[in-house]
Amino acid sequence: MSKSQSKLLRTPLKNAVGLGTAKYGVHHFMVQRITAVALALLGIWFIWLALKMVHLDYPAAHALIAQPLNAVLMLAFVVAVFWHAQLGLQVVVEDYVTTPGLALVIQIAIKFLCFLGAAASVLAVIRITLGH
Amino acid sequence: MPATARPLSPFTSIYRWQIQMVTSIVHRLTGIALAFGTILLVIALLALATGPQAYAEVRAFCGSWIGTILLVGWTWALAFHLLNGIRHLLQDIGWGYLPAQFVRNGWLVSIGSLLLAGVVWACVIAQGGGA
Repeated sequence: MSKSQSKLLRTPLKNAVGLGTAKYGVHHFMVQRITAVALALLGIWFIWLALKMVHLDYPAAHALIAQPLNAVLMLAFVVAVFWHAQLGLQVVVEDYVTTPGLALVIQIAIKFLCFLGAAASVLAVIRITLGH
Repeated sequence: MPATARPLSPFTSIYRWQIQMVTSIVHRLTGIALAFGTILLVIALLALATGPQAYAEVRAFCGSWIGTILLVGWTWALAFHLLNGIRHLLQDIGWGYLPAQFVRNGWLVSIGSLLLAGVVWACVIAQGGGA
């Protein structure tokens, strides 16, 4: 790299300046904010739902989640929660885990666990809505 | 790790504790706590999908003293992360960057989170206590 650079008599900066950005640099930042907006709205609904469910017995709680509107919002909530959680935990690990190999293992584990959590929740909501 | 000690940027051991750094740290901590707390939501949904017996076990856990402590903690964590998250979104669009403003809304969010969590549990108790 440095050899070809010196042959061209150009610095690496010269090759990059003026090309603009790839536009993907802010992807993580944007998705974290977009899921945050979704969760701020869904969070109000979730608090209302949780308060309503506190004193419901099994059939009534089951019927409440099975309602189409609540089922759809719960699907959106669990997907947004685990997406947002993965992005947030990723930043925490990037900031505080300084051992590269360990950081990689933790990052992959977080992604796997967040996907499994979301998948299990989605399956549960579908089963509540369509099953029994 | 580098062989020689390099100068580090100032961190919590050097900074004087102030509201904006506390809200930032607590936002992360509540985020981590909520990520773990979501496991209970997944278990509750799976139990609801499984049947009355499984759901009764989850309700029994939520009604136990350790379950209640966890739920109270997660309620406040959710309240704080929700309110401070909205504060962060407003800061992302350029609002509230003057020192007087972020000190004020930092306290607003902190006290507001306690109030919101308190209101939620007042509703629970008003309905007749825990599970």
